[in-house]
Amino acid sequence: MSVRVFVPCDTSAVACGADGVAARIESEAGVRGFDVTVVRNGSRGACWLEPLVEVETAAGRIGFGPVDPEDVPALFDAGFPAACEHPLALGRVEDIAWLKKQQRVCFARNGIIDPLDLDDYRAHGGWNGLERALAMAPADIVQAVTESGLRGRGGAAFPCGIKWKTVADQAAAQKYIVCNADEGDSGTFSDRMAMEGDPYRLIEGMLISALAVGASRGFIYLRSEYPVAHRILGEAIRRARAAGWLGADVHGSGRAFDIDLRLGAGAYICGEETSLLESLEGRRGQVRFKPPLPAIKGLFGQPTVVNNVITLASVPDILVNGGAWYRDLGTGRSRGTLPIQLAGNIRRGGLIELAFGVSLRELLYDYGGGSASGRPIRAVQVGGPLGAYLPESQFDTPIDYEAFAAIDALLGHGGIVVFDDTVDMAEQARFAMEFCAVESCGKCTPCRIGSTRGVEVIDRIREGVEREANTDLLRSLCDTMLHGSLCALGGLTPLPVLSALKHFPEDFARNA
Amino acid sequence: MTQRTDTELPRKPGPALDSVASEAVRAAIEACRDVPGALLPILHGVQDALGHVPPAAVPVIAHALNLSRAEVHGVISFYHHFRSVAPGRHVLRLCRAEACQAMGARGLEAHLRARLGIGFNETTADGTLTLEPVYCLGNCACAPSAMLDDRVHGRLSVERIDTLIDDCGERP
Repeated sequence: MSVRVFVPCDTSAVACGADGVAARIESEAGVRGFDVTVVRNGSRGACWLEPLVEVETAAGRIGFGPVDPEDVPALFDAGFPAACEHPLALGRVEDIAWLKKQQRVCFARNGIIDPLDLDDYRAHGGWNGLERALAMAPADIVQAVTESGLRGRGGAAFPCGIKWKTVADQAAAQKYIVCNADEGDSGTFSDRMAMEGDPYRLIEGMLISALAVGASRGFIYLRSEYPVAHRILGEAIRRARAAGWLGADVHGSGRAFDIDLRLGAGAYICGEETSLLESLEGRRGQVRFKPPLPAIKGLFGQPTVVNNVITLASVPDILVNGGAWYRDLGTGRSRGTLPIQLAGNIRRGGLIELAFGVSLRELLYDYGGGSASGRPIRAVQVGGPLGAYLPESQFDTPIDYEAFAAIDALLGHGGIVVFDDTVDMAEQARFAMEFCAVESCGKCTPCRIGSTRGVEVIDRIREGVEREANTDLLRSLCDTMLHGSLCALGGLTPLPVLSALKHFPEDFARNA
Repeated sequence: MTQRTDTELPRKPGPALDSVASEAVRAAIEACRDVPGALLPILHGVQDALGHVPPAAVPVIAHALNLSRAEVHGVISFYHHFRSVAPGRHVLRLCRAEACQAMGARGLEAHLRARLGIGFNETTADGTLTLEPVYCLGNCACAPSAMLDDRVHGRLSVERIDTLIDDCGERP
């Protein structure tokens, strides 16, 4: 009987050689007379083990990683594809502590199923949430999501149920569900991993959202930097349509819903919901004034739900298990789980899904194992390029929206970028302003001009030119951007700058 | 002589579209006939086929969508992804964002500038390689990263990125 071997097709695995590993396993198996079927699964999220090769055995799936194509012959020599002694052998994948300790909801299927196999999806609980929703009144779906306490996972953390209720309450012939898959924050990849490893989950979440608010059309706005996700998601939509899950009669319900997959074009600002809508309509991605809210006048002027990938992907399980079940996970006003992404200079980086409340320290040292370089961790940036830099003294902060707000930081989309003690925090502050200048949509002056002036002022501080006066000027500029910008790009760029200045002032006085 | 491939420098009016380019533009427009908000999908179609959006395509697209040329040009110049000048045979996009910085991306950038003799949005004199910046490829736990044509490469070092570039020189 054929042995099933899993080699992820996920971007991170492929970026580290997974395609070569898969090809080499097939060729070695052929030469040695093994009957092997290679399945291209998604990633489990243990990026530090990628490419993580798994073999299906009677005792469960056993892992090997990280595997280089050159390792493959030696693996076969040691007894692969069966449990065997080898330096890369990891034992049962389910028993790897890094994975075992997690609380997987959104990522429960990731790495386990073949992402495009509809039977596999069904066998692992797929469509159960949708079937539940199809039997419910729209208001009850909204109620379940409201009760769950789910907040927008894109970064703004707005209560999902309130947004849905607003759209549901509008009388309009056409409403839209827009999935924001423009995951531009550095250090984040949970949207990508979800779309590449379990794409039908997102489709199911969008379908449930459509039923709740009465929408018949959906768009996924995917960033152009994700070609693998584009290919997998595009194929998933085609297959879901062919199987009757999308189209004029969703699963025989008489309800219509279909999804267009659209590509962005390398503009960070299009992750801001109103810019995204402008872009979908075919224009420059410039921010819109609010109000009106997109929930009232959104895409093409119609009531529109705009939700992040992870928000929508959280919904099916809420429908299956009930809002109270999800609400009972987490802490304070941060309910449920957050897929945290541990990245940058970290030994064991990857995707860690846990209920809110875990501390940064636990993530950095228990899961992450410290820095990749072996040097002390000096700073972490949480929440992408607009997130604050936190020093070691703040590592006991729990993963919780309000706890982060209390220290002038933000959780954002859950990305944590780790820096060791070689980092120059004045250079990082400068980059925050530079990035804002590159990506500003240009609509408001504090962001468009302020970011360029910010780069110049930081340069003068670093050169030692009237350091004190220029530091005051930088604070004043940050204040203007914070209070005068139209959206979060200009409004939050001061966070990394001011936090660097506050916690690492010595770096701004280096070259005096 | 290196030529910038982005849209920030003033350009001379482009040459007329040749038959291949003309057909690509027509096909991209035709494929989006019933698409609401069709401009970005059309521009993607043109750039996928030709490697860039030739200035001479702007009036054709504007006419098809009943937009002004300024509106179409404004969209092309707004989005970093779209180019107005043909790139080299290969495009290397180096991630400049924070997770890659934490793993030495600034050193890779300096190495590439020195080795290739070009900066971002420029093409080597022999037309082999265009270097572009990118802000996150979503491979942040296996940094530093770069995308060569349509493929992401992670855990890069100077040696590994040199190998990628050497391979470009040998491939058509």
